[in-house]
Amino acid sequence: MTDTPTSSGKTDELLAVPPSSASDPNLAVLLWRHPSIFWGGILLSIMVLIAIFGPLFTGDPIELNPIKRLKPPSGESWFGTDYLGRDTFARVIYGARVSLVVGLAVSIIAVSIGLVVGMVSGYIRALDAVIMRVMDGLMSIPGILLAIALISLSGATMMTVVTAIMIPEIPRVVRLVRSVVLSVREEPYVEAAIASGTKLHLVLIRHILPNTIAPLIVLATYICGSAMLTESILGFIGAGIPPEIPSWGNIMSEGRTYFQLSPWIIFYPGIALAITVLAVNVVGDGLRDTLDPRIARKM
Amino acid sequence: MSRDDAKRTDTSVLSIRGLTVRLPEGADRDFAVEDVSFEVGAGEIVCVVGESGSGKSVTAHTVMGLIPRKDLTPVAGEVLLQGDELLTKSETQLRALRGERMAMIFQEPMTALNPVMKVGDQIAEMLEIHSPMSAQERNTRVLEVMQDVNLPEPEQLFHSYPHQLSGGQRQRIMIAMALALEPGLLIADEPTTALDVTTQAQILELIKDIQRRHGTGVMFITHDFGVVAEIADRVIVMQHGKVVEQGAAAEVIGSPQHPYTRMLMASVPSLTPPAREAVDVERPALTARNLNKTYGSLGWFKRGREVHAAQNVELVVHRGETLGVVGESGSGKSTVARCIVRLIDPTAGEIMIAGNNIAGLGERALRPYRRDVQIVFQDPYRSLNPRRTVGQSIVEGPMNFGLTKQDAIVRARDLMNVVGLSPDALERFPHQFSGGQRQRICIARALAMEPKVLIADEAVSALDVSVQAQVLELLDDVRQRFDLAMLFITHDLRVAAQVCDRIMVMQRGVVVEQGRTAEVYASPSHAYTKSLLAAAPGRNTTFGAAAE
Amino acid sequence: MIGYIFRRILATVPVMGVVALFVFLMLRLSPGDPAAVIAGDYATAEDIIRIREQLGLNEPIVVQFVTWIGSLLQGDLGISIFTNLPVTTLIGQRLEPTISLTLTTIIFTVVVAVPLGTLAAWKSGSLIDRFVMLFSVGGFSVPVFVLGYIMIYVISMELRWLPVQGYKSIFDGVWPFVRHIILPTLTLSVIFIALVSRMTRASVMEVLQEDYVRTARAKGQSELKVLLRHALRNAAVPIVTVIGLGIALLIGGVVVTESVYNIPGLGRLVLDAILKRDYPIIQGLILLFSFVYILINLLIDLSYCFFDPRIRY
Repeated sequence: MTDTPTSSGKTDELLAVPPSSASDPNLAVLLWRHPSIFWGGILLSIMVLIAIFGPLFTGDPIELNPIKRLKPPSGESWFGTDYLGRDTFARVIYGARVSLVVGLAVSIIAVSIGLVVGMVSGYIRALDAVIMRVMDGLMSIPGILLAIALISLSGATMMTVVTAIMIPEIPRVVRLVRSVVLSVREEPYVEAAIASGTKLHLVLIRHILPNTIAPLIVLATYICGSAMLTESILGFIGAGIPPEIPSWGNIMSEGRTYFQLSPWIIFYPGIALAITVLAVNVVGDGLRDTLDPRIARKM
Repeated sequence: MSRDDAKRTDTSVLSIRGLTVRLPEGADRDFAVEDVSFEVGAGEIVCVVGESGSGKSVTAHTVMGLIPRKDLTPVAGEVLLQGDELLTKSETQLRALRGERMAMIFQEPMTALNPVMKVGDQIAEMLEIHSPMSAQERNTRVLEVMQDVNLPEPEQLFHSYPHQLSGGQRQRIMIAMALALEPGLLIADEPTTALDVTTQAQILELIKDIQRRHGTGVMFITHDFGVVAEIADRVIVMQHGKVVEQGAAAEVIGSPQHPYTRMLMASVPSLTPPAREAVDVERPALTARNLNKTYGSLGWFKRGREVHAAQNVELVVHRGETLGVVGESGSGKSTVARCIVRLIDPTAGEIMIAGNNIAGLGERALRPYRRDVQIVFQDPYRSLNPRRTVGQSIVEGPMNFGLTKQDAIVRARDLMNVVGLSPDALERFPHQFSGGQRQRICIARALAMEPKVLIADEAVSALDVSVQAQVLELLDDVRQRFDLAMLFITHDLRVAAQVCDRIMVMQRGVVVEQGRTAEVYASPSHAYTKSLLAAAPGRNTTFGAAAE
Repeated sequence: MIGYIFRRILATVPVMGVVALFVFLMLRLSPGDPAAVIAGDYATAEDIIRIREQLGLNEPIVVQFVTWIGSLLQGDLGISIFTNLPVTTLIGQRLEPTISLTLTTIIFTVVVAVPLGTLAAWKSGSLIDRFVMLFSVGGFSVPVFVLGYIMIYVISMELRWLPVQGYKSIFDGVWPFVRHIILPTLTLSVIFIALVSRMTRASVMEVLQEDYVRTARAKGQSELKVLLRHALRNAAVPIVTVIGLGIALLIGGVVVTESVYNIPGLGRLVLDAILKRDYPIIQGLILLFSFVYILINLLIDLSYCFFDPRIRY
């Protein structure tokens, strides 16, 4: 640190601390500094474990039991029963699977598609204008309405629901990737690579792509959270996953009619959903603060 | 100064005694500033000089109380402003003093002014905070101080926003703001570093003039010894947070005592070009003819805004020769460089490399010629991919041209020796190197391509003066060793004088003068060249003469 | 300035075009016979033929598009299949409650979120900051309808302070209107406040790092004025932008909130249309909401001129 550039402006030499190095700090230190990743991660792991193993230990989530209709929570059925006498607890546990699968699928697919489109848009000027207008258009259509229309046209299956939730998320990814590409391509090290005859695809993969990974991981967690919420909303308004699958949205949708009588049918899945999404978002916030505070603004 | 403070014990406006400021844990040293003592008298300009990390800025910010005390804690010493101890003052007490009795101007006048507020209002704000004046009186006073700093048509400028002003005008606004309340102490933190050389000369003149007329004590922070020679009454030299030497300007500059000061003085490039061997054979490596680059005029609705970044530029660089391209910001010197490397496409003209015109070639056809022209950029911190090892960065180019990884690594190890770094450093990442070291790595990366032409685009501008001297030496060395044609882009006339065989002066996209360096410096023909040379700070001073 | 406004307005045209094209193609490119899909599971062959006629699905696709765009430009959003009324008429009947709800929400959000975010940025790391961040991450995590039901359960059913559901027009008296709109507004605002306060905090924090804030402090300006006069004014553009982008979020929330509180607005219209598979209504509402979104964001773009003098070219 004997010869920092003096023209660097703001930070100048005020803090003669070495610039935060890219070398990865020790994981324990990282978790200590950002407890949100730790606690969010624990919460999320619990939800994942419940989703995977929970249904093995609970009763059948679709077993009807007409005698025990709309029973309040008790020692026998912890979260009460619904209007067909099905055990809400078993259904909520099973619902975790649906939610997490939808969230994961949507975020992985949206990020993959958005990454490719964003890289193309950011690097090929001829396509940029067209792609961005399409993305602007896509962004102007309210996501839930778009999903509703797509599902009502192509029929409600797990596939169509995931697709319908995923499509409105793509523009966010594209814009983020594009903005990273646009700023990084001006970096002297990228120009130096071009000047030494590196082929375009290698420039993209070696020098530009790695810069998108950290912000994309963060964005993926946010998309995962928001996809789970959208899925539940679609289920709730009766436009989501087929009603026979006990997703949290579907359980709550069925509980609406009996809300004044048996509010637990809505509350328990609601709380489960909120906790899961919260865990995902908290992890996302923690990752954002850790990986790069500067990307916060682009989210 | 009309203020007659009873507590004032001497004529010192500012008196710093034994100041020590602790750095936060995990920093590379314990103290940002250690046992620093000096005085700034009324009507005196004291230059605090030092390279980056010397603690000069921390000292200034500590005086102003603009440092987050939880990060940088003053642990010892005292700072007396006209006899009042500042370190023990509360934030509220300090606030009352800032602007009123001490004021500060900063390096970058564009960012130091609020972009969404009229400049007149920004000056008036100073009066609003500290004086009971009415709005009417404030406006009158603002116009008065704007006149005082020689701003043209103050009534109109009053209602301008910062982006509508030139860099020099912005800095004048900052000075007007600082002086609105006639403070006893003015702290100037590199106030001319971001300005062009001709503007810099004007601002320095203004600061001297104002200070003389108002009897202000000025603490002037800079890294530029030319500026010191121009403006200082006394000089404080700092290194690693400590004062190593202080004294009258003429003495410190003329006969420095401390080894560090001597080394610094010896590193300041002289404005007098040394005698250079003439390049004997005509062996053109790079020829540009009628090179043009025009920006703008695209799209249907953005009519008329064409910028001619480069116009009809003609240049030849021979093997073994260095051609300097000098000019202020916006002169088009970097545009020329980027066109030649083909990072941007020239609008018209020819670029001849080894007998081939590469100006209009597509990327695929261009690739074979890429290796012939290499570039070293200004910012050493952004020139290397932080995620790749130094070795990976250096071997990338040669491997693009068919070298095997083993051969490329062998070449990289050789080049590391050439640029004065250990070959073992190839395994390390860029953040483990200093700016000067990174610039050496960038040179090695360029050399790995075995180019015919090396372009240095402000390659030493971001470096401290001592490091700068070493990198310049290295560039000159590799030019000879590899028989390179070097295109040396710089805004710094001192640097250009030292390394260039021939020189080309650019202004607003046009080459206004070209010739042998010694001749251009001795008898410039174009008015612009003359004004550049006349504005170069410290042009009449010889640095460290007595020490040699 | 005029040039800027003109260019911005012109720039919305292709975006609107993309939306229209997308909505148009969605029906035509969906798998299977769109007429049969729309007619539903219990439709007769005549029903399907009738719907095909009504939507003009027999024509070549280009002709369909031209006719469709033509009628769109005349303000014709088609005919509802179930009620046989023009979609515009149906929308007109349901407009007022939705406008009321979104307006109260936006106002409430700005009043709460901007000061909260600014405070959090100023006292970054403090208890207030942590609370704001916690609230915002929480706001993003609780589904709107769950929040709605919790509020109904606690405030209306247990405490009996406010009516459970329903809507009263402001023209039928201010007090009933206020009593009915409070809970829906609170419900809908939570996620919006989370969004806006978070962005306010981030922007103000960034501006506080700027050199001109240091200049203001070097002048001896008080922290409050530094915050209001220098920081917030410069942070305005991203804040206003996120409010505009958040409208999309708001529209999604309106559909759900209206359903929870039984408010006869556009959101309910959508839900009824889904249940009855009345595709022209869904399509009309998507177009309407998208165009409103584009328009609001256009206005916000134009407002940059007011916030930032640098934009006047």
